[in-house]
Amino acid sequence: MGRDLAGTETTIRARIRMNAAAVFARASVRVRASFRESSWIVGETLFPFLAMSAFVFVYRGLHAPPEYEGFVVLGGAMIAYWNNVIWGMASQFFWEKEQGQLQLYLITPVSRMSILLGMALGGIAMTTTRAAVILIGGMLLFHVSLPLSRALPAFGLFVLTLGAAYSLGMILSSLFLLWGREVWHTATLLQEPIYLFSGFYFPVSAMGIVIGIAGSILPVTLGLDGIRQIFYGPAAHGLLPLRWIPPIQIALTLVFVTLARVSLLAMENLGKREGRLTLKGD
Amino acid sequence: MEAPRRVLGRGGILIGSGAALETDALTRVFKARRKAGEVRALQGIDLAVHRGECFGLLGPNGAGKSTLIKILTTLLLPTSGRALVAGFDVADEPLQVRGRINLVSGGDSSGYGILTVRETLHLFSQFYGVPPQLARRRADELMQVTGLAEKANARLSALSTGMRQKLNFARGFMSDPEIIFLDEPTLGLDVEASRDIRGFIARWVRERPERTVLLTTHYMMEADELCGRVAIIDHGRILALDTPTALKRTLPAEPVFELQLSATGQNLDALRGIAGVRSLSHHAHPATGAVELRVVVVEDDVIGEVLGRLKALERSVLHLTKTEPTLETVFIHHVGRGLTDEESGDRDGS
Repeated sequence: MGRDLAGTETTIRARIRMNAAAVFARASVRVRASFRESSWIVGETLFPFLAMSAFVFVYRGLHAPPEYEGFVVLGGAMIAYWNNVIWGMASQFFWEKEQGQLQLYLITPVSRMSILLGMALGGIAMTTTRAAVILIGGMLLFHVSLPLSRALPAFGLFVLTLGAAYSLGMILSSLFLLWGREVWHTATLLQEPIYLFSGFYFPVSAMGIVIGIAGSILPVTLGLDGIRQIFYGPAAHGLLPLRWIPPIQIALTLVFVTLARVSLLAMENLGKREGRLTLKGD
Repeated sequence: MEAPRRVLGRGGILIGSGAALETDALTRVFKARRKAGEVRALQGIDLAVHRGECFGLLGPNGAGKSTLIKILTTLLLPTSGRALVAGFDVADEPLQVRGRINLVSGGDSSGYGILTVRETLHLFSQFYGVPPQLARRRADELMQVTGLAEKANARLSALSTGMRQKLNFARGFMSDPEIIFLDEPTLGLDVEASRDIRGFIARWVRERPERTVLLTTHYMMEADELCGRVAIIDHGRILALDTPTALKRTLPAEPVFELQLSATGQNLDALRGIAGVRSLSHHAHPATGAVELRVVVVEDDVIGEVLGRLKALERSVLHLTKTEPTLETVFIHHVGRGLTDEESGDRDGS
C-alpha cells in the first residue's frame, strides 16, 4: 500500500513537473519570438499607437475633459492584449492544424490546458512590451498623468482582467479548432466590433447600461472600466460600482477556465470521432 | 498497476499478450465527403507487433496505413474493434499511450520559423518531460546523425524543405519513445538524406532492442532493408504478413520480366488480357519518359505472347531482363498493381 502510494505520488509529481516544463517551453517560444521579428514589433506597437493618437486628437478637437485622453491611452494599451487573445490564443490551434503541427501537440502526454496556458503566459509577456510602449509613449507624448499612488490596485485589477480575458481565449481556441474554416473573418469579427462594445476609447457607460452589461461578458470591458475608475474616480463614468468588478473578473476566470477544459475535451473527442484533427489522410 | 488482461480477440489475436501493438477486428468508417455513403478505411485489422520489432506496413495510397497510424497514436477513434499500444487501449487510456509513443510523418515539418533548430528540438522534448540536460545531449546527438549540426543555431525559416524534414525526423526521437511511428519518413528526401535516415533507424533499433518501430513506406527497398516483418495492406485489409524473405518464398515460382519500352505507343492495359499474365505494373521513367513494365507470367513462354502484343501496340522494347522475386513482386502479387501505379478497375491484374 505504502509503495503504491509512494508510486502514485511520484507519478503525480512527475506529471506536474512535465506539465510545468511544457507551460514554460510553450511560453518561451513567444517570448523569444517577440524580440526576433522587428516587423512584428512595429506592426503591433506603432499602428495601434497611431489609432490611439487619432482618438486623442478627436477629444482635443472637441475640447473634451483631459481625463478622456487618459481613457484613450489606457484603452490603447488594453487593445494590445485583446488582439493577442484573438490572434495569438483563439486562432492558434487552428493555425497549428493548418500547418500540420497540431497532431504533434495532441500526441504528447501533457495536458492541452498546459499548452494553452503556455501560449497565454508567453502571449502576455510578449504583449506587455507592446502595451508598455503604448502606455508610456502615450503618457509622455500626450502629457497624460496617472496617479502613481493608485497604480497598485489598478495593477491588481489588470492582472485579474488578463486572467479572465486569456481564459476566454482558451475557450475560443477550442471552438476555432474545429469550426475555424473562416477563422480570419471570425477573428476580425471578434476584433473591430469589440473595440466599440468594450469602450476601448470611451467610457462604456456612454452606450447605456444594457449594451454596457452585455459587453461586460468580455473581461476587457469591465477591467478597463474598473481601471479607469481607480485612476479617475467618478470622472470615469463607471458602468458598475468598482467593488463589484474584481469578484466578477474572478468569477469569469473560473467559469471560462472550466468551460475551456470542457470545450477542449469535447472538441478533441469530436475531432477524433470525425477525423478532423489532422490534415494528412490516407 | 494491474497487468492487462489477456483476451482472445475476434480476429484470433491474443489481446493483452504484451505485444507493443495489438489490434483486434479494428474498423474505421468515414462519411464520404462529397457523395452519400461511407468510406471503409479499415476493415477488421488484426495485428500484433512484438516489442523490439521494426515492422513495415506497405500499401498504396488509400490503403488505410495512415488511418491505422492515427488510431494507434490516439488521433482518431476506431469505429469498432480494439487497439492496444504498449498494453493500453488507445480509446480508453490515451494518456498512457501518449507517454510511450512518438510520430514522424514524412513530408511534414515541425516547429516555428522564428526558432532555431536546437530550440525546436528542446521545445518538443519538454512536452515529454525530458530533463533539460538530457534534452540538450540528445539534441546534439540527433543533429549530428541527421546532418543538422552545422545548422543548430539557424532559424527554421532559413532552412530548406529537406532540412526541415530532417528536423521533424529528429524531433520524433527526442523523447526516446518506446514505440515510434514513422509514416513515410523519407518521403521527398534526396538519396543521400534517405540513406542517412535509414542508417539511423537501423542503428536506433539495434542499439535499443526493447524499442519498437512501425514504419510505413512507399519504398520497398526501405522496408526490405529495415523491417523484420512486413504487412501488405490494401483497401483496409491485411493481405499478407511475414518476414520479407518468407513473403518472397511464398510467391509461386513464376517468372518475372522487366522491360523498358519506348515512351510512345498505345495503352498497355491491353496486356492484361493475355492468358498466362499473372500481373503487371508500369510507370514512366521520370527522366527519360521511357515506360518501365514489370510482368509476372505463369511460365517463360508467355513472354513471347507479351512481346508480340507490344509490337501490335507499337511499343519498341528497349531492354528486357528476367528478375528474382523482390518485395515489390510480392506486393504486386497480392495487390495486383505496383505502389506507384494508379488503381484500375481490373484489380487482379490477370
